[in-house]
Amino acid sequence: MTESALHAAAGGTDRSPRVRFWRDLSFWGLLPSWLLMGLALILPIAIIAAVSLATRGAHGGFTWDFNLAGYRQILFNEGWTGELEFTPQYLLIVARTFALAGATTLICLVFAVPVAYFISRQPPGRKAALVYLVTLPFWVSMILRVYAWMIILGKDGTLPRFLETLGLPAGMSFMFNDGATLTAMVYTAMPLMVLPVFASIEKLDGTLIEASHDLYGNRWVTLRRVILPLTAPGLVAGAILVFVPALGAVLEPSLMGGGKQMMMGTLIQLQFGGGRNWPFGAAIAMTLMALVLVFLLVMALRAARREDVR
Amino acid sequence: MIQPHSTGAQKAIEVKSVSKSFGTYQALKSVSFDIGSNEFFTMLGPSGCGKTTLLRMLAGFESPDTGSILLTGQEVVAIPPHRRRVNTVFQSYALFPHMTLEQNVAYGLENLGWEKGRIRTRVGEMLERVHMAPMAKRRPAQLSGGQRQRVALARALAPEPEVLLLDEPLSALDLKLRQAMRDELRTLQRDTGITFVFVTHDQEEALDMSDRIAVLGGGEVQQIGTPTEIYEEPVNRFVADFVGETNFLDVEVVETAPGQATVRTPFGVALTVPATGTASRGRATLSVRPEKINLGDQAQGTVFEGRIINKNYMGGYTHYTLDVAGTELRASRRNASREGDAIPLGATVPVGFVAGSARVLAA
Amino acid sequence: MMKGHDVKHYPGLGPLAVFFFIYLYAPLAVIIAYSFNANRVAGVWTGFSTHWYASALNNRALMNALETSLTVAAVATVVSTLIALSAALAIIRGKNVRYRKLCETIVNLPLLLPEIVLAVATLILFSLVNVQNGMLRLVIAHSAFCTPFAFLPIRARLQGMSLDLEEASADLYADRWTTFRRVTLPLIFPGVFSGAMLAFLISMDDFITSNMLSTGGSTTLPVYIFSLIRAGTSPELNAIATLLILASLILATVALLVAARGTRENAEP
Repeated sequence: MTESALHAAAGGTDRSPRVRFWRDLSFWGLLPSWLLMGLALILPIAIIAAVSLATRGAHGGFTWDFNLAGYRQILFNEGWTGELEFTPQYLLIVARTFALAGATTLICLVFAVPVAYFISRQPPGRKAALVYLVTLPFWVSMILRVYAWMIILGKDGTLPRFLETLGLPAGMSFMFNDGATLTAMVYTAMPLMVLPVFASIEKLDGTLIEASHDLYGNRWVTLRRVILPLTAPGLVAGAILVFVPALGAVLEPSLMGGGKQMMMGTLIQLQFGGGRNWPFGAAIAMTLMALVLVFLLVMALRAARREDVR
Repeated sequence: MIQPHSTGAQKAIEVKSVSKSFGTYQALKSVSFDIGSNEFFTMLGPSGCGKTTLLRMLAGFESPDTGSILLTGQEVVAIPPHRRRVNTVFQSYALFPHMTLEQNVAYGLENLGWEKGRIRTRVGEMLERVHMAPMAKRRPAQLSGGQRQRVALARALAPEPEVLLLDEPLSALDLKLRQAMRDELRTLQRDTGITFVFVTHDQEEALDMSDRIAVLGGGEVQQIGTPTEIYEEPVNRFVADFVGETNFLDVEVVETAPGQATVRTPFGVALTVPATGTASRGRATLSVRPEKINLGDQAQGTVFEGRIINKNYMGGYTHYTLDVAGTELRASRRNASREGDAIPLGATVPVGFVAGSARVLAA
Repeated sequence: MMKGHDVKHYPGLGPLAVFFFIYLYAPLAVIIAYSFNANRVAGVWTGFSTHWYASALNNRALMNALETSLTVAAVATVVSTLIALSAALAIIRGKNVRYRKLCETIVNLPLLLPEIVLAVATLILFSLVNVQNGMLRLVIAHSAFCTPFAFLPIRARLQGMSLDLEEASADLYADRWTTFRRVTLPLIFPGVFSGAMLAFLISMDDFITSNMLSTGGSTTLPVYIFSLIRAGTSPELNAIATLLILASLILATVALLVAARGTRENAEP
């Protein structure tokens, strides 16, 4: 091809955005992610949405007869004669799930803020080392971090033994209750809270704290009116990072809470294991997903509004 | 006089009616000019005037919406940057941080497929030329701003481009270094004979280094000319204001002739001053540079009386603000002796300027 | 001596931080300590022994689970990192990408959904289309939820990299591929490396999805450990846990050091 013909061909494409889109290879770069997420994520979610409306099969599984039985079962028990009787059983599990996830988030926040502030005030070398120390447990398998608390709190565990030496009755166990679940949830989530909180405190301009004191604000006023408002985005990020996975927790309640103290995650798991009620399990899964998405949406809208104000 | 076309027989670059919009913002409005080969050509203008967009078009990082760009007579709009014999010295220098200086300078040559031995020779030669040879094995992070600047130059010049584009390369340097680099750049241009296209918002830099300057404003070429032409014969208010300092006086043109006009000044005196082309009668603006206005016993040309209402002592010279019959005039005076600054505030002194050093601007 | 008034100092933070770090590490220390206990009952200390390490290393089921986990994690890491890299390049560097935000959300989708929901949804899909191969199920699911973890560090690195460098490369006669190979990739490598490490970690650590999808022949390490825990705490389990903790800590340290060095060396001046 002659040089001028080449230019003519290239010049034709250069000014057309659509052709350039292809030439930029953006489409081909994005295609694999679309395929993977479409097949391994969006398609299964669409199917589970359908299954939540299907009918439970006689021997597990389901048949494609659409009704709301799965969702109805969350609130009502169907009696022998078909009458609906309100049962708070599953609603309690939803409430427990929110309570535990909320408590986890709050406890993590209360510890993360002062610790992150402390780390941000250290000289650079020590600061990096402390951030590394916060990150490190996150690399240890989650199941092992939960297991550690089973050893500590369980029968014959470290804590009961220690209390025994203090003269308290022997054979105490702190396992298989909401407190034990919460302990493990807080422990596994802590690094996820400290890191974003630290990142936002680190970015805080130190002269603003000095300016607050210069204008007669004491430490408490400065904390409440300068430090916390300015680091709010980091606190919110940390809260989302902790709260959302906590809503779907499975390991902590199934190991620490025992069979009785279920959360939504373990309830779903049960329906696809021993319980074998797929439509019901799918309905709870859809409920959990909806709750999470609503929460994220509210957070995103609030963040967007804050951006607007600034 | 306006010189939209270079005087040299050979043209390195021809920009023909180039327009460019970003969304609703029109960055360039049908810009045309030529750059001769071996020229040190500067595009001068405030930020947002379109000078960087133009430079990026020459390099190939942007393409014009309409119009064409010719490089040594060849249309290049559709040619991607890596096939244009044009190199750029970026404002940020854009040295590859993961490569040594040597590797940075060799990069372009390797992509051009030069043979290994030749690359080595050329890299050594270029680093030598910018006085960076002893640091060849270092990485950019270990260099000072001025050193990075030199390496960026060596890297861009190594492939012997037809045109070297420089995007505000001195803006990141401190004052002393900037002065030294100006001389060095100028020398480099003369020695290599490569066409330099230099973009800056610093009028002093432009006046000091360029063969010709294009003053850009609002996406349009306001004036093209030699530094003296730009400074002494600005064609409009924008150029007179952007390049150097000046006094603007509201005048009325009462008589015109090619290249000059007779105007009535606010002080009541009529003057015959130079103009661009033939000025039209009526209201106009007269521009007089502060250093062209003389005070006290140095007053010559047309002389008025003025009262000193403010003065700023700058060391080498003093700026005076004068009230001349209700109009404010700024004058600067070189402090040739220790007592040069002796005119006191509030004093009434003779104020004068030679009519030929003022200029009537198009309204 | 007069003590200066430091307005940025809040009293009591030091002791709190000390307590915090003890809290962070004490549980791990407890596992390690018990792993050297000679007694079969975990809580009763009867003497120092490395016996349980020997028995852990000879545990066939454990080694099989480890192999499964490593295989799945390796494949998922490669797949998710490549997909994340190409998506990041397209989203950050592509010129006319429409719906940029949507494309990014699609890649990050697994982060927005509770894992258990995704796990059961994938289980239903695989049982509907009859995918029985446990390894294949795990690799597909792991690749999907590892992708955002690989994507985020790569995107951050790419966003932090000045476009000037790529333009400089094009200006110096490098075509698109040469620019990618010699400038873009080396400079974003710390991000790619961090992303890959994170993907590997997330895959190795996964319990919820693996527990749903794994079949008899494809038990992953966390699923195996879960079954051991269910069977009751034992010193051998503590030994296994200790080995895994040490492996993770070493891996984490190496990863962080490599990433830090890469960042330092390639620091843009």
